[in-house]
Amino acid sequence: MNQLISKDSWQYREVNRRAPSLPTFSNALIELVEAGHPVMAGTADLQYSNGLNEFAQRFPERFVQFGISEQNMVSAAAGMATTGVIPYVATFASFLALLCCEQIRMDVAYCRQPVRLIGHHTGISLGFYGTSHHATEDIAITRSIANLAVVSTADGPALAAALKATVDYPLPIYFRIHRGHDPVVYDNGVDFQLGKGIVHGIGNDVTIIAAGHPVHGAKKAMEELNEAGYSVGLIDMHSIKPLDEEAILEASARSKIILTVEEHNIIGGLGGAVAEVLAEKGKGARLVRHGIRDEYSLIAPPTHLYRHYRLDAAGIRAVLLEAIEGASA
Amino acid sequence: MDRNNDPLSDAQLEHLRERAKFVRLETIRLISIAKVGHYTSVFSCAEIFAALYYDVMRIKKGEPAWPDRDRFLMGKGHAAVGLFPILADLGYFDPSWLDSYTRLGSPLGDHPDMTKVPGVDFSSGSIGHALSNGVGMLLGGRFHKRDFNAFVLLGDGEMQEGQVWEAALSGSSHGLSNLIAIVDRNGYQLDGKVDDILAVEPLDEKWRAFGWEVHTVNGHDIHALTALLRQVKADKGRTKPCCIIAKTVKGKGIDYMETEPGWHLGFLGAEDEANALETIQNTVIS
Repeated sequence: MNQLISKDSWQYREVNRRAPSLPTFSNALIELVEAGHPVMAGTADLQYSNGLNEFAQRFPERFVQFGISEQNMVSAAAGMATTGVIPYVATFASFLALLCCEQIRMDVAYCRQPVRLIGHHTGISLGFYGTSHHATEDIAITRSIANLAVVSTADGPALAAALKATVDYPLPIYFRIHRGHDPVVYDNGVDFQLGKGIVHGIGNDVTIIAAGHPVHGAKKAMEELNEAGYSVGLIDMHSIKPLDEEAILEASARSKIILTVEEHNIIGGLGGAVAEVLAEKGKGARLVRHGIRDEYSLIAPPTHLYRHYRLDAAGIRAVLLEAIEGASA
Repeated sequence: MDRNNDPLSDAQLEHLRERAKFVRLETIRLISIAKVGHYTSVFSCAEIFAALYYDVMRIKKGEPAWPDRDRFLMGKGHAAVGLFPILADLGYFDPSWLDSYTRLGSPLGDHPDMTKVPGVDFSSGSIGHALSNGVGMLLGGRFHKRDFNAFVLLGDGEMQEGQVWEAALSGSSHGLSNLIAIVDRNGYQLDGKVDDILAVEPLDEKWRAFGWEVHTVNGHDIHALTALLRQVKADKGRTKPCCIIAKTVKGKGIDYMETEPGWHLGFLGAEDEANALETIQNTVIS
């Protein structure tokens, strides 16, 4: 296992060091190179944050350090892709999706270049570094860009499976990766299919549809409430685009409530995407969107933020109960 | 064709002059279909187009996707109307496409589109991306051990975009000696004179400070321009990228366009168009 590089891992009481997602990212790219894929990687002065230093040391000829020039990095990645390279370029999600939105749209997505955009340290995971570093709009921005797939994996194994499963995907993908301390959801591996949610159970009371880091807390909350006699299901909707509409419609046919959970503004994110499907199909399940409620997130250590925004297991459990009780009132 | 540093023959010079004239005439013809367009932006770089496509760049007729070809990128994408006739002339697509310019469903619009037009090495329209695209192509080429060059034509107003300077740093930092930027220094942008709007001078010092080799040339002197491009391309000892500041005149070839800056976007109309075609036919631009 690689050394976890972080200045502030003390903040996490439940750090799982078996498969944190950012070192997994670098390792998965190394495996893709070893399997013969024409992979290159680049970053914007964050190779120690995102683990790409491992890749850089192993394959210096395949690594590009762009310095703090994110827009140049994205446009250059599009140029690289025209030569047959599969470029993986990584920086903080807040900078990648927002600062480089136009480069992503024009050079990568419109030009149909199979660039992999790795937005890491998503949502509120950068904690006290400041609201500027929180990525709570990136799903809304990226999923509105045609030709671009949007993937938000729950943990290291899911990320590794996703990177491997999509290496030959002919169009660009925006991967949304947490900060690398993710608790493991998938101990026994994942069968990742782009556009296909992973069903952890269908409940008659509620189906949770979650993506990314909150999947772990949602699963724990589901298990606790099922033990308490409720009927709660969960879908890990890692592919936010293309979206698994079939799974959403099946869940809405069975459950009274659909609860979406995401560390993102509830406007335009996963909750917005699910709302579009339910509304267009005229399905009757009540939708509750849980996430950041159209506000700028506070500054605090990440654990405090997840507690404050009720995005940890206890918070999601409370939101679930409120939804169930609200529905039966 | 893969040129060396030899002097140009009179026949080669005459051919390039004739091709630059062809670019201007075709630009007028195509804009008459659209009823509005960027005559003057093309006229300032017609000699640059001719020198690159008909002499300097390593390309294969009829093979727009040849992996070892030199790449051409247009920061000033709105001059695409002058590029399309060249690409058709090189056999990259059927010349009849030109007649559809800007019509519903045509692959040919005001900016070059790689998803629709064979021979367009990268799409443009958003100012300031092209030099970065070129940097990426050369990094990819280096990985594949291909030695092609990337020629990036930039507008002088484009120098106002921050990303150009990110890319300039990137080019020198990564030692991309096969990256050649050509600044079409015609002095004007949409709203007026470049240096009245947001001054970019001293351009040569700026590029030099960013780690580039810099040359200045009269961008309409086809002999000097082509000789310089040949020399820069043939110089295998250079470790830096290279910037050529081509001093040009916006609207070169039509006197009232040269002196009235309002022609960035315009339409001649039938009578003036006939006069302009005749003027270009009868004008020798050095």
